[in-house]
Amino acid sequence: MVEFLEFTLGGISAGLIYAAIALSLVLIWRGTRVLNYAQGAMAMLTSYIALLVINGTGSYWLGFAVALAAGLVIGAVVERIVVRQVTDKPPLNAVIVSIGLLIGIEGLAGVLFGGNNKSFPPAYSITGLSVGKVALGITRNDIFTAVAVLAAAGLLAVLFRYTSVGLRLRATAFNVNVARLLGVRVGRMLTLGWALAGLLGALAGMLVSPSTFLSPNSMDAIFVLGFTAAVIGGLESPVGAVAGGLILGVVLSYAGGYLGSEVVNLFGLAALLLVLMLRPSGLFSSAPTRRV
Amino acid sequence: MSSPASLVLDGVVAGYGGAPVLHGVSITAAAGTITAILGANGAGKTTLLRAIDGSVRPASGRIVLDGTELAGHRPEDVTRAGVGHVPEGQGVITELTVAENLQLGLLLRRRAERAAALEEIYQRYPVLADRRNRAAGTLSGGERQMLVIARALASAPRLLLLDEPSLGLAPKVVAGVLDLIKRLRDESNLTIILVEQNARSALAIADTGVVLNLGSVVATAPAAELAADDDLRRHYLGF
Repeated sequence: MVEFLEFTLGGISAGLIYAAIALSLVLIWRGTRVLNYAQGAMAMLTSYIALLVINGTGSYWLGFAVALAAGLVIGAVVERIVVRQVTDKPPLNAVIVSIGLLIGIEGLAGVLFGGNNKSFPPAYSITGLSVGKVALGITRNDIFTAVAVLAAAGLLAVLFRYTSVGLRLRATAFNVNVARLLGVRVGRMLTLGWALAGLLGALAGMLVSPSTFLSPNSMDAIFVLGFTAAVIGGLESPVGAVAGGLILGVVLSYAGGYLGSEVVNLFGLAALLLVLMLRPSGLFSSAPTRRV
Repeated sequence: MSSPASLVLDGVVAGYGGAPVLHGVSITAAAGTITAILGANGAGKTTLLRAIDGSVRPASGRIVLDGTELAGHRPEDVTRAGVGHVPEGQGVITELTVAENLQLGLLLRRRAERAAALEEIYQRYPVLADRRNRAAGTLSGGERQMLVIARALASAPRLLLLDEPSLGLAPKVVAGVLDLIKRLRDESNLTIILVEQNARSALAIADTGVVLNLGSVVATAPAAELAADDDLRRHYLGF
């Protein structure tokens, strides 16, 4: 029973990081119909920038703020300079460009920061919490992770649902032609969508790097799990992305805990396959299934 | 007697890439009137609208709204210059609620005016008020068209472009929509450009008719005259 609680809480905490990546992928997909394979690499880059600031100034929180700001800027720049070239082109162009971006950013990071693993400081203590003598299997930093992701998701929900910028963003995502005819400056909205996704990715990088260490490809595995979470949620739905992340996190945590860590990736893929076979459009998508 | 020209197209040549679709189209539309653009499929009606709304950039010619040059501007800037749109078919954003669709139309108004303007729309169109929190995708065809027209008017445009507003609607609903368009003309000083496949009903409410054929204007005349011209009607309008 204690074990079960431990695995559940650990799964939720990990799942929320997948959720942050998934949410950033959904934001980009809804706005520009691009699957950004470089989303993890961009988060890796902002984590390196944070590490430079943390080591230089000794302030974790300054590094944290700089990482989020860098995420915003990198997201916006990538949309303006790279993605805009492939809109209105066949979808394969966007796939290739974003894979190219992934390879390019990881190569650049290798040149700039070296290929070895660097340890990354957590925001809060990573010693396990316990109630009385019962260990909970989570840490103060896990709680911070959960609060940070939920706060970011909550703020995004408020932005999208209750502000006029959010209305413009949604209109652009749902029907770019009509939005344009209504006077919405859709170019700016697409840039803003990528910037917000960059910020979420940067947050995920800050949260996961203490446990994975930082290296040019340290975000690859997290990206794959975030991508899986997004697909489970249906790629269209922000709520689905968060739910997909949580489901995946908990399932993988049980698998790793009860069956051994070597089966974790297998279960991740099995979860993806199962969802794709039973509900190809994802658990939370209302969009009709694409017929082949 | 006649009010001053509001929208002037002068020698507009436009198309997609290769050969132009419009070969020097000139049209003058007066404020407070309805101009019906008629013609068979492929006559260039849609391209003409796209040239006006900014989604197709004219190769040459001028498009002037109340002294402001529109040609060469992006769609969002054309809209901001005072053009309202009733696009063909899927004109509502189905995933957004009725209220959100209307709020999008109100975004070009000053912030302080928006709430009162929304209330005014609801009073004018009680059906929309009843459905305000429903997704626009749940509305019937006629209700959708009403929503799109209300949304276009929400930005207080000087020019309203209607692209096949009767397409896919039941005949009874078409009559309602056309009546609504006629009332708009009578109650405001709006310049209305109505593109219609259904020439007979368009001419019934229009002041001026413009007949396009193969990208050129073949006739411009008062609507009643066009409707009475048997040759032209049979030849180009098919009724």
